[in-house]
Amino acid sequence: MSYPADLKYTKDHEWIRISGDTATVGITDFAQRQLGDVVFLDLPEIGRQVSAGEAFGSIESVKAVSDLYAPMSGEVIEVNDALKNHPESVNQQPHDSWMIKVRVATPTEAATLLDVSQYEGLLG
Amino acid sequence: MDTLSSPPLLKTSLHAVHVSSGARMVPFAGWDMPVEYSGITAEHLAVRTRAGVFDVSHMGQIEIAGKDALAAVQRISSNDAGRLAVGQAHLSGLLTPEGTFLDDLLVYRMASSHFMLVVNAANVSKDFAWISEQIKPAGEAACVNSSSRYALIAVQGPAARAALQPLTAVHLDDIHYYWFTHGEVASARAIISRTGYTGEDGFEIFVPPQNAETVWKALLEAGRPSGVIACGLGARDTLRLEAAMRLYGNEMDDTTTALEAGLGWIVGWDKSDFIGRAALLAQKSAGVDRRLVGFEMTDRAIARHGYPVVADGRTVGTVTSGTQTPFLKKSIGMAYVPVALTAPGTTLTIDVRGRIAAARVVPLPFYKRPTRA
Repeated sequence: MSYPADLKYTKDHEWIRISGDTATVGITDFAQRQLGDVVFLDLPEIGRQVSAGEAFGSIESVKAVSDLYAPMSGEVIEVNDALKNHPESVNQQPHDSWMIKVRVATPTEAATLLDVSQYEGLLG
Repeated sequence: MDTLSSPPLLKTSLHAVHVSSGARMVPFAGWDMPVEYSGITAEHLAVRTRAGVFDVSHMGQIEIAGKDALAAVQRISSNDAGRLAVGQAHLSGLLTPEGTFLDDLLVYRMASSHFMLVVNAANVSKDFAWISEQIKPAGEAACVNSSSRYALIAVQGPAARAALQPLTAVHLDDIHYYWFTHGEVASARAIISRTGYTGEDGFEIFVPPQNAETVWKALLEAGRPSGVIACGLGARDTLRLEAAMRLYGNEMDDTTTALEAGLGWIVGWDKSDFIGRAALLAQKSAGVDRRLVGFEMTDRAIARHGYPVVADGRTVGTVTSGTQTPFLKKSIGMAYVPVALTAPGTTLTIDVRGRIAAARVVPLPFYKRPTRA
């Protein structure tokens, strides 16, 4: 799979779509392949304040559990509850299966994110 | 990097096949093993509804032979090998004097004075050293670590017999559950055993390593019309958990006894002395303090290996295995808990990474295969 050029990425294998002051967050195709079949997501409540690098939830496959890390600081303004009933969509369409939307508090944090070529370089 | 301190991973004779087939490889018990081919869920469902083929060549084989081989096996193995006919196998425990597990194993009676023990990969060296020492008082018997002489391929699932039958002249219907026979599979010399670790009907096939690739490919080819697929250790683990088969390192180790693990049936209570017997008899008469139970989560969470079972703010037990199972589609697990909490229906509370989640004790196994004609 090629990685969308309009997304930003982290070394923790999250993707971020920045639109105005909203950052939409999911995990990358690489991450879902490492996890295997996703069966469970633990996502935060709307209104929670998260800081960049902080665990905002967790994702579980049949064999393992991983934390989900907030790529940017801010308030959680939307949560994709549909994923709770269809966690397999993270495997099927990782870059369309967003998990949370954050109202960005510190726009300069975007500079720490990777662009697509940097992310693909990280994957080697 | 710890590459300097860790020895290179061992490779089964099917390693190159796994890698070239695109299996995801992981280190397991010192071996580089396939954890999944097409995905744990797909593989798990294939075994429950059709069949899957597994490379389990990492398992170890230790053979005991000689005039007093039976006495030797009787001393080191908890089950009563005297009840095995030639051609029959059973599950047993390799116990410490305290009645706890050094390992679990399958004991195959190859001839009246020749036994083959199939042991866990991680324990081969430990088991072999222990057995070599402990059989000495039993008389004339020698043990050999013959692990490198066998590749081991399991074909498991309702379609297993149909996939294997075209490859052998042995009439598979004549091999009953937990019996085995010698024959050829895809022209390779083989021991064909009607055993497995998935809760399904199936076979485990011991072949010389140089023939493993031929047999592996022949099984997948013969099984292709009925949807038989290659499977990894990930599905093997979820399958055995649904079937409530205990795993060494999870449900069994050197701190747990056969009675606590609910494995009293692998103890030969009526046979003469064996290592661990006195301790087990004492525990049997005193009663166990804790027992292994099955549970289903009632809160939305997965309780995994090592998570504490808590009561009144204290840790009272430990989860040994747990996952969201692909076939039953439930979050299940097994745990050691105090006897007072073992009745089906009892609510358990489990510390799931800092959050308390509720579970309900259920009878084992979680899954039992439907009886087929």
